[in-house]
Amino acid sequence: MTSNQSAIQMVDMNKWYGDFHVLKDINLNVAEGERIVICGPSGSGKSTMIRCINRLEEHQTGQIIVNGIELTDDLKRIDEVRKEVGMCFQHFNLFPHLTVLENCTLGPIWVRNMPKKEAEDVAMQYLERVKIPEQAGKFPGQLSGGQQQRVAIARSLCMSPKIMLFDEPTSALDPEMIKEVLDVMVELANEGMTMLCVTHEMGFAKMVADRVIFMDMGQIVEENNPHDFFDNPQNDRTKMFLSQIIGH
Amino acid sequence: MNDFKALPDLPAPNATRGLVGWFKANLFPSPVNSVVSLIAIYFIITFLAPVVDWVLISAVWTGEGNAACAEATGACWIFIADRLPIFFYGIYPPDQYWRLDVCFILLVLSFGPQFFDKFPYKGPVAIFSLTAFPVISFFLISGGSFGLEHVPTEKWGGLSLTLLLAYVGIVAALPIGIVLALGRRSEMPVIRSFCIGFIELWRGVPLISVLFMASVMLPLFLPDGMNFDKLLRALIGITMFQSAYMAEVIRGGLQAIPSGQYEAASAMGLGYWKQMRLVILPQALKLVIPGIVNTFIALFKDTTLVLIIGLLDVLALVQAAIEDPVWKAVETEGYVFAAFCFWLFCFSMSRYSQKLERKLHTGHKR
Ligand SMILES: Nc1ncnc2c1ncn2[C@@H]1O[C@H](COP(=O)(O)OP(=O)(O)OP(=O)(O)O)[C@@H](O)[C@H]1O
Ligand SMILES: [Mg+2]
Repeated sequence: MTSNQSAIQMVDMNKWYGDFHVLKDINLNVAEGERIVICGPSGSGKSTMIRCINRLEEHQTGQIIVNGIELTDDLKRIDEVRKEVGMCFQHFNLFPHLTVLENCTLGPIWVRNMPKKEAEDVAMQYLERVKIPEQAGKFPGQLSGGQQQRVAIARSLCMSPKIMLFDEPTSALDPEMIKEVLDVMVELANEGMTMLCVTHEMGFAKMVADRVIFMDMGQIVEENNPHDFFDNPQNDRTKMFLSQIIGH
Repeated sequence: MNDFKALPDLPAPNATRGLVGWFKANLFPSPVNSVVSLIAIYFIITFLAPVVDWVLISAVWTGEGNAACAEATGACWIFIADRLPIFFYGIYPPDQYWRLDVCFILLVLSFGPQFFDKFPYKGPVAIFSLTAFPVISFFLISGGSFGLEHVPTEKWGGLSLTLLLAYVGIVAALPIGIVLALGRRSEMPVIRSFCIGFIELWRGVPLISVLFMASVMLPLFLPDGMNFDKLLRALIGITMFQSAYMAEVIRGGLQAIPSGQYEAASAMGLGYWKQMRLVILPQALKLVIPGIVNTFIALFKDTTLVLIIGLLDVLALVQAAIEDPVWKAVETEGYVFAAFCFWLFCFSMSRYSQKLERKLHTGHKR
């Protein structure tokens, strides 16, 4: 399923928050259709790294090339990249003043200039895929966390992105809801979507990831296929981290 | 082990318990509460009785001229009835009153429906009241075209002038305030400094001095022969002043929107203006409806200050009528009437805002 064309390329990428060097010499190549899981201790720069991919954060040196477009200050390029990259957040970030359906049609209508009727059809299709078509008329505030996150996934998918970014999509959820969200993500992965997931759901990583990346102190410490990553970690820092999360 | 069985959904219990139940629950739930309620009721009655007597029972409702009120211990409402046209139309030519009537009817027709949930054409009517209505009203009131006699602004006055000032102030101050609030949060230093300067300048001076400057000082700086309308100057002064306040109210709302909303909108690919229009402003404005309406109400009442620059709003005309020797001892009636006019409009705005808040409430925020 994995082709050799690059979806995302990061070359010697560095980022600072003021004087604080958050990301150090990041080199990462993600092929089209590849599923990548990123893990690491809190504050290691996981969120910052994936937020650089759609320019929610700006990097200072090095290159990021998404879908063949290099991210620079050029607003047109940023818009082009954002059209092709969907993102799901830890706290869902649904628009509370819009219904579930309106949340899903906003992007297609205003960014892709899709007619309203067509956008609604597309939205219903994706809401069905995340198994909540019956909630279309409700407001986000009336849904459970798991349902909200599934709406957020559907909202991103409505833009027909080529790449999906997930930043700890399940860490604000109760166990029962985690499963319903992970099920949707697994399905998405099996359909061949290029995915980058920051998550500590190791079961998910083992099941779908092509590669697991471990980050610490703003650096990529280790990357490997899930089998070797979990059973035979090379780096001491990785071993310690794995023993901690598996111990719990 | 038993199988888990979902219980059927039942209708919610009936919450209303009738009038007696309400009294029991709210006024007399315990001995202490009952005593407090009784004392409160006693004070309300002793205070309210003389007011009701003055306003309704002993008031003079019929008759002709000052003499009819000579004996009365209550309010002399025939004074108000006698002067009502002046209070409403000011010194507008009486044979042209119909033009103001048409505007007023249009005003009621374009805002009235917003109070009714069932009314189907709210959108178009709102657009009419913000676009066509001001234009039509201007040509109607000012005249000078379409075969209508020209009525200079010096002749505009009374409650109709108050409404005009308030309407223009409200309709102009809200959008200008939004732009200023967005500008103040802009990342571009030039725009940000301009907006901060503008807001702080207008907020730092009293409205009365703004109006005074507009009417007395401004003409001194303008070249000879160039002179623009006094009413227009007052309108610009009021609008600038209120937009500065409005901007700060709206900025409060913008600051309350979590950064996740901006991020989600950006990640979707929405540009700045679309983000603001579709995602941020609808939420921010909803949050600050009470503050916005507060500013509207303040603006409405501040329009009375135009009397300092010689514009005759309803309060100025009431004052003039009281001093007119034809009617004696009618101060209270005059001021009560003026207060009632203002209260009526301010209270309607307040009710409308409450309605709007309820309607826009979309469940818990997360
Ligand atoms: N806006 C900011 N300004 C300054 N420092 C920041 C900012 N955002 C994040 N940081 C710092 O950058 C580092 C990396 O943050 P990041 O959010 O990427 O971590 P993370 O790996 O996602 O952690 P977590 O698992 O807790 O989400 C942290 O030390 C954090 O304190
Ligand atoms: Mg994070």
